Amino acid sequence: MRALRFALLIVAVLLASACRQDMHDAPRYEPLEYSVFFDDHRAARPAVENTVSRSAFGESPLLLQARRDGRFVKVFPFEIDEAVIRRGQERYNIYCSPCHARTGLGDGMIVRRGYPQPPSFHDQRLKEAAPGYFFHVITNGFGVMPSYAAQVPLRDRWAITAYIRALQLSRSTQVSSLDSSEKSKIGKGDVREPKAGHGGHGNNAGHGESGEASHG
Amino acid sequence: MAQVFKPAANTIAKLAVFGGAFFLALAVWSLNEFNRSQYMTRTKVAREQPVPFSHKHHNAELGIDCRYCHTSVETSAFAGIPPTQTCMNCHSQIWKDSPMLEPVRASFASNRSLEWVRVHDLPDFVYFNHSIHIHKGIGCVSCHGRVDQMNLTWQQSPLQMEWCLNCHRNPAAAVRPREEVFNMAWKAENQEELGARLVKAYNIESRDDCSVCHR
Repeated sequence: MRALRFALLIVAVLLASACRQDMHDAPRYEPLEYSVFFDDHRAARPAVENTVSRSAFGESPLLLQARRDGRFVKVFPFEIDEAVIRRGQERYNIYCSPCHARTGLGDGMIVRRGYPQPPSFHDQRLKEAAPGYFFHVITNGFGVMPSYAAQVPLRDRWAITAYIRALQLSRSTQVSSLDSSEKSKIGKGDVREPKAGHGGHGNNAGHGESGEASHG
Repeated sequence: MAQVFKPAANTIAKLAVFGGAFFLALAVWSLNEFNRSQYMTRTKVAREQPVPFSHKHHNAELGIDCRYCHTSVETSAFAGIPPTQTCMNCHSQIWKDSPMLEPVRASFASNRSLEWVRVHDLPDFVYFNHSIHIHKGIGCVSCHGRVDQMNLTWQQSPLQMEWCLNCHRNPAAAVRPREEVFNMAWKAENQEELGARLVKAYNIESRDDCSVCHR
């Protein structure tokens, strides 16, 4: 009898401890939680049509403009320095390289797996395209490429555009046109590429900056 | 009147006194163990999802960065679960007839969300913010384990308070260079030396007062 009572006590204690109490799951929504209240079961409500993002407030309207007077803008809406290009490189490698490849040739891993191939950034047409054009395509998509507006914020889209320019420059520059201090950097690779989380990128990671200049 | 206590009662009395203490200790110990058990923490159990999404395939094999889908992890408390649109960025063209991806296409066509099962669920009385951990150089892998090797996703860490405190009391053991936060395979050559240096460089305060998390 005594042993039985003791066993019951242990079971009761264990049961009590196994209960998730109310405070574990408070009556509020976690991000993206299921809701029984709304018909579509989304606690995270979709933005009402024509909603303006608060993050765009206070930003220069130039940031939003791919076109001016009907033509793609030829200048960047803010100053492009090394930090911006580094940021662009990082964002390019995250969002663009799966298809466009880290070289910009357009043969990224997803393309190798069957996605229609995008044009190379080193085609004459894209080398001559205005920065506004790249911003426009990232924002709105082009052909089978979807819009990346939801994944890449405004400033990052311009930073990526700046990095594409740097990629293009790296591929079309003749080694003989460099001065000796620049030449000495070739192959040493100040390649501070952000390493994405894994071993194998199929698409030879960002040596576009220096290595590829050796065509000449 | 016969004897109430037989000679065996002596043994029983001794057992009750000493055994009682033993049983109490056993009960406390097993309660502790039970609370930390895999059964309670639900670690290392792959959750069933509407689509058997493989992080291993998308991250390790295809080389897609964590942030391609978890876009808000650097800037907000919540890492972000991608909308169906992000799946369709590729799967409108690739594997577009796969029966496995039918729920994705149905979600996209009907504009209804995919109902993924939450793998990491902290109690609601705990405040947690992804962005600050990333900014201070805590790698994805430190809490989530080798997600890049998981075919189906499970929870690697117990997410219990002692587990949080282990790191909050000694961040040097986990901190890594910011450039390596998303690198799942990175390991320090000398964590002790590097950790001490980065804790200074990143101004990491070893904070374990209650209100850091229970705010």
